[in-house]
Amino acid sequence: MSAWNVLDWGKLMRISQEIKRKIIQIAAFGYSNTYLQNFAGGQLYKGKWKQFCNPGMNCYSCPAARLSCPIGAMQAVSGSMNFSVSFYVTGFVLAAGVLFGRAVCGYICPFGLIQELLYKIPSPKKKLWKGFTYVKYALLAFFVLLFPVAVTNELGMGAPAYCEYICPVGTLEGGLPLLATHPELRRTIGALFSVKAFILVLTLAGCIVICRFFCKVMCPLGAIYGILNKISIYHMDVDKEKCISCGKCHAECPMDVDPVKAPNSAECIRCGKCTVCCPKEALALRFRFKDFG
Amino acid sequence: MRWSKTLNQKKQAARVLVSLAAACLMTWGVYRGEVPVVFGKAVNVCLECIGLG
Repeated sequence: MSAWNVLDWGKLMRISQEIKRKIIQIAAFGYSNTYLQNFAGGQLYKGKWKQFCNPGMNCYSCPAARLSCPIGAMQAVSGSMNFSVSFYVTGFVLAAGVLFGRAVCGYICPFGLIQELLYKIPSPKKKLWKGFTYVKYALLAFFVLLFPVAVTNELGMGAPAYCEYICPVGTLEGGLPLLATHPELRRTIGALFSVKAFILVLTLAGCIVICRFFCKVMCPLGAIYGILNKISIYHMDVDKEKCISCGKCHAECPMDVDPVKAPNSAECIRCGKCTVCCPKEALALRFRFKDFG
Repeated sequence: MRWSKTLNQKKQAARVLVSLAAACLMTWGVYRGEVPVVFGKAVNVCLECIGLG
């Protein structure tokens, strides 16, 4: 028997696809957080790139961040005195969503990579109850879209409610590094930051036990991309004639999706694990304007 | 089969509509001056954004 036959080609394909995805994730993480030297002094990057939004979740108050967080930017504009809706950020998110859908989560999102690394920490692994996946839509509706416009001060300015009360990404990437380097900020720590720190601890613990816990339950950006996953140009096609209903794809899916039943599910992050494990090559992810069949 | 074809046509129409809407929204947002608001928020430490404000 030759060495070629001994090699498990299926396994090799899986590794190769996963390595490609990891390279893209690391490159996107690096590009989003170029200014690592800013952690030492606790300053923020103030260059022109901050005018543009990151397609994924990456706090703009993170010292290393090169781009703006779309969720923070959306609330900043809608909570400002002059505007009540951010057409610029909404347009950007719609464009990214219709082009890539939740492939942004699977490939580009910096916090997605952090979650995947956390999930590698040895611990008992659990599945999430599907009902919790709807929480992110409620967070999007109330904290991102409604509160900054509806709850305003005497100047007509609204608070970025999701960032202020919920966002564990901001606490991790912005709050903690800035507190570590600015003693004067530590004096302002109050009940609100304690609540946010508690949410961060719960989220990190959730990410260790449940794959991409934040994406599944708490991410308002994932909620928008999830809705657009149904129509995104980068999508999944299933060849029902090839499918033998073996269930391997469903078992492999880190987002607990059955790709045969719901190839363009709002939860699918397009990681491609199902397409690689399919013994009949019935699943395919591709950029195509027209659907298969 | 016919049902599937209609669904695909609807998806394609939705793709075109959302792409056009995204382009128009971004252009309108830039035109009416939203970019400086985003920039101003992003380059300064936003205390309320990180739960300190």
